[in-house]
Amino acid sequence: MAKIIGAVGTSHIPAIGKAMDQGLEQTPYWKDFFDAYPPVRNWLNEQQPDIAVVFYNDHGLSFFLDKKPTFAIGAAPEYTNADEGWGIQPIAPITGETELAWHIINNLIEDEFDVTVCQELRVDHGLTVPMTLLWPNEEYRKIKVIPVAINCERHPMPKPSRSYKLGQSIGRAIQSWDSDETVVVLGTGGLSHQLDGARAGFINKAFDLYCMDKLVTNPEALLGYSNADLTETAGAQGVELAMWLAMRGALEGEVNLLHQNYHIPVSNTGAGLMLLEPT
Amino acid sequence: MNAARNPLDTVTFDGPKATQGYNLNKMCYSFNEASAREAFKADEAAYCDRFGLTGEQKEAILKRDILRLLELGGSIYYLAKFAGLLGLSVQDVGGLQTGMSTEAFKEKLVRAGD
Repeated sequence: MAKIIGAVGTSHIPAIGKAMDQGLEQTPYWKDFFDAYPPVRNWLNEQQPDIAVVFYNDHGLSFFLDKKPTFAIGAAPEYTNADEGWGIQPIAPITGETELAWHIINNLIEDEFDVTVCQELRVDHGLTVPMTLLWPNEEYRKIKVIPVAINCERHPMPKPSRSYKLGQSIGRAIQSWDSDETVVVLGTGGLSHQLDGARAGFINKAFDLYCMDKLVTNPEALLGYSNADLTETAGAQGVELAMWLAMRGALEGEVNLLHQNYHIPVSNTGAGLMLLEPT
Repeated sequence: MNAARNPLDTVTFDGPKATQGYNLNKMCYSFNEASAREAFKADEAAYCDRFGLTGEQKEAILKRDILRLLELGGSIYYLAKFAGLLGLSVQDVGGLQTGMSTEAFKEKLVRAGD
């Protein structure tokens, strides 16, 4: 059976992509942020997972408000990136995966998660920034990706507990796939931030650190939060915790924390990084 | 007080707001394309009219009034594309919304880490 060998949580802020475009990684603003990534890259390089299941949210590239799925999953051989309107350079296509993707889809529907299935999808910075952060210099092209998009843009959004359960269902599906391939799960986005309104710039370090601790030791402690609670406590875009919860849900039971970092600010955001391994 | 506002002075982008702002957001979504950004810059008011913005929405676009655009149904993710077209970073937009200079806004972000 396929095996989940680990999971990574990382922020996906567009400014990270721009900084990489411009080679700013070692400048004073960026150094502490980027210096946290080599241990995770090294681990990925040692483990050589075959497939990455990536929980992310689309910010108006593929999914406009006309047709915006609550949960969507890709089943395509390739995913392209494109101009998002504010200056981040599109990256070369991401390699897709269809066999495990369809196995997950069949299992999700059987599990009463009626996801939108995408046989063609343009992926935005929510997915591409983590890929280039974790596998720089187009190394990301060697890993097969299954994107899973969660609506974090328009309310109503899935409850945080529901995103966790989606992750659990996907985790079970992966582990029931008759294959010897290995899988890493990525949760991207967050942590606390608010871009809009008079409260723009709100960051809650204490809450972010609390979430990062609970994601390791007791994720179910976070499942009581509503999206309104997260908006209040972590800012309007703090609801992106959904992807970290889905990532953690995919890992059954206890985990080892192999690496973590938390850095303020990256753009308007408290930026988190976490590498987990099943026990 | 607007019903879609929560006590934190944040406009919740929900069904009613998405309905109110649909054309505005659709226009901003078009800014993913370089040709659309150029067309907007060539004649801003005409571009707004092409998407059927209300008079209030058009006025707020022309004035770069981000807070008002949020009130009128703009989603920050689409307004970010508008800001990008104007060459503004999210810190510039943060400053505009909070009445701070961009530098003061950046300072506030740094202090959140203390």
